[in-house]
Amino acid sequence: MSFPWAQEYKPQGAVSKWVDERLPLPRLVYNAVGAGYPVPRNLNYFWNFGVLAGVALVIQIITGVILAMHYYASVDGAFNSVEHIMRDVNSGWFIRYAHMNGASFFFIVVYIHIFRGLFYGSYKAPREMIWLLGVTIFLLMMATAFMGYVLPWGQMSFWGAQVITGFFSAIPVVGEPLRQWLLGGFAPDQAALNRFFSLHYLMPFVIAGVIILHIWALHIPGSSNPTGVSVKGEQDTVPFHPYYTAKDGFGLGIFLIFFVAVTFFAPNMLGHPDNYIPANPLSTPAHIVPEWYFLPFYAILKAFTVDFSIPFTGIVIIEAKLMGVLAMFGSILLLFFLPWLDTSPVRSGHYRPLFRKFFWFGLIPCIVLLTYCGGKPPYTQWVILSQIAAAYYFIHFLIILPIVSRIERPLPLPNSITEAVTGKPLETAAA
Amino acid sequence: MVRLVAFLVGLFFSGMLLLGLGDTVIKAIQEPAQPSAEYEFHEKPLAVSFAHDGPFGKYDRGQLQRGLKVYSEVCAACHSLNLVAFRDFAALGYNEDQVKALAKAWKTEVPTINPETGEPATRPGIPADKIPSPFANEVAARAANNNALPPDLSLITKARADGTAYVYSLLMGYREQAGYKNAEGKELLKEFPDAKATPGLHFNPWFANLNIAMANPIASDDLVTYDDGTKATKEQMARDVSAFLAWTAEPKMENRKSAGWAALGFLFIFTVLAWMSYRTIWADKKH
Repeated sequence: MSFPWAQEYKPQGAVSKWVDERLPLPRLVYNAVGAGYPVPRNLNYFWNFGVLAGVALVIQIITGVILAMHYYASVDGAFNSVEHIMRDVNSGWFIRYAHMNGASFFFIVVYIHIFRGLFYGSYKAPREMIWLLGVTIFLLMMATAFMGYVLPWGQMSFWGAQVITGFFSAIPVVGEPLRQWLLGGFAPDQAALNRFFSLHYLMPFVIAGVIILHIWALHIPGSSNPTGVSVKGEQDTVPFHPYYTAKDGFGLGIFLIFFVAVTFFAPNMLGHPDNYIPANPLSTPAHIVPEWYFLPFYAILKAFTVDFSIPFTGIVIIEAKLMGVLAMFGSILLLFFLPWLDTSPVRSGHYRPLFRKFFWFGLIPCIVLLTYCGGKPPYTQWVILSQIAAAYYFIHFLIILPIVSRIERPLPLPNSITEAVTGKPLETAAA
Repeated sequence: MVRLVAFLVGLFFSGMLLLGLGDTVIKAIQEPAQPSAEYEFHEKPLAVSFAHDGPFGKYDRGQLQRGLKVYSEVCAACHSLNLVAFRDFAALGYNEDQVKALAKAWKTEVPTINPETGEPATRPGIPADKIPSPFANEVAARAANNNALPPDLSLITKARADGTAYVYSLLMGYREQAGYKNAEGKELLKEFPDAKATPGLHFNPWFANLNIAMANPIASDDLVTYDDGTKATKEQMARDVSAFLAWTAEPKMENRKSAGWAALGFLFIFTVLAWMSYRTIWADKKH
């Protein structure tokens, strides 16, 4: 693992030596995020977001554990216990707002991290496993965030849970019994709230476990870089510490400034007012929307409006609702196959003129449009836009990407990272 | 194989979406969406500003006390304030004795049981009590209000879009429905005769579906007499009670903003130092 020129951990002093011989934990950390991990020297700020995602998870776990000390998962008491935290627990308002906005910032950071991977081809060989684990983390995050949003037991909590668990009832035959089994009842109620709380507490630790695998897998080939050219020698890398710990420290400061600005000055900006109304199973909100980070997927779900049927017979093979659910899950699951759909040997989008066009003028506007339409009521113009955008989403990943990687003529790549950075050929730069 | 399957799946999903697109367009042409009264006549909140707006804003204690007076003498007849306790009124600038007196003098007494007989009874409030509800339960509240349920007001400014401005606009927003025209000059009842308020409902274009069960609560001036001598106009009462309800929803707002500035100050210094150490460490490395 790692490169031959990686610095070796040399314990200083008797205690360090004693520990290293019995449990080489400091050695592990040294090799993972210390001077023992050589990293390409040319990483740009997009490479800060992995560390930031880790920080966001830690913020969520710390604030979450404290919230759980004061919260009670009861349909009669959950809403008021959150307000008890906001009003009577010392600095409870801070812990709660930090957790609530921390979820949003976790997603912002992870979306930028995924964007980085998509543009710079970080999912390509030999880094497929890192990507697969990353998509797994993303799925776990979505499940965790959904269940967390249910816990305050406001109107959107309840009706969100109603809609999301309703996906399962779209499955033919077993759907409805499956939904009832998952919820422990006919609708979200005490049983569902309790199990969501239990799972919401469990999942972050599962995520932490998968993150360890994600980092482990990263350390086999080492970090990718903006040129996508593999590391050729020692001159191409710098030790993670102090070079990238310093750069990540600066990135962390910027991230926390944004996080603090929203948490302290606009804490409800990213939330929905209806979640300050206690859950009422008898009163459906005017229109139910998920948290902003689910909107693109929600738009895909709602974009399917016609049944798949045999023409002129009226025989329905797949109902529109089920198709929407399949497509919504499919839109994330297809990411698992990305390393095998994009067969271009060139990793970085910088050197792929055709890929880059579809990426900037196709995929990015398509996702922005889906996010926007997902939050809108089902008026004709939003339905039309989300149908176009959703169709492009699938065409982009499943049809365009494989074809582009076959017909594209990539631009010439630099011979090495050092050459790209210094502008000098490798021999003289190394000298 | 992966690419072939992907191609077919992509073709299927996008094909169904484009079929759906055609279907949406055909339906939109065949039966265009009918304009709705709510869509065309629902008003955006009025522009109103408060001392507590903005990143440096603090509550105006005098205004909150006036707002409490409006709440207790007007709104509290129907609306509960379940999440607020009498002791919280200390934050409005009342001292301990004043809070005790407020709790004791509150119009609704606190439900309890008779310690001798165990029968339901009431007693005067103490600072530790939450504000007692005007109705014993939802059924009683609906029975007294033409089957409408007056919502609890503790969080109302956070539970509605545009919060405080919404509450203010709603209180100021009662209009004569006959002959009402919107900014474009369209007359509501000519365009949408069905939008006419049924008996028991009151026209208010700032309410989501235009007709609200609550009658205009501040229909005239001087419903309360302010202790500080401020003239109790309708506008003044609406503004004061909106500010008070902003406080009930977010009592820790001032702590939040001051802690926010402290955190930003700390982070600014941290980030500058981090940037300087980043530049120093990388000084010898071109990257």
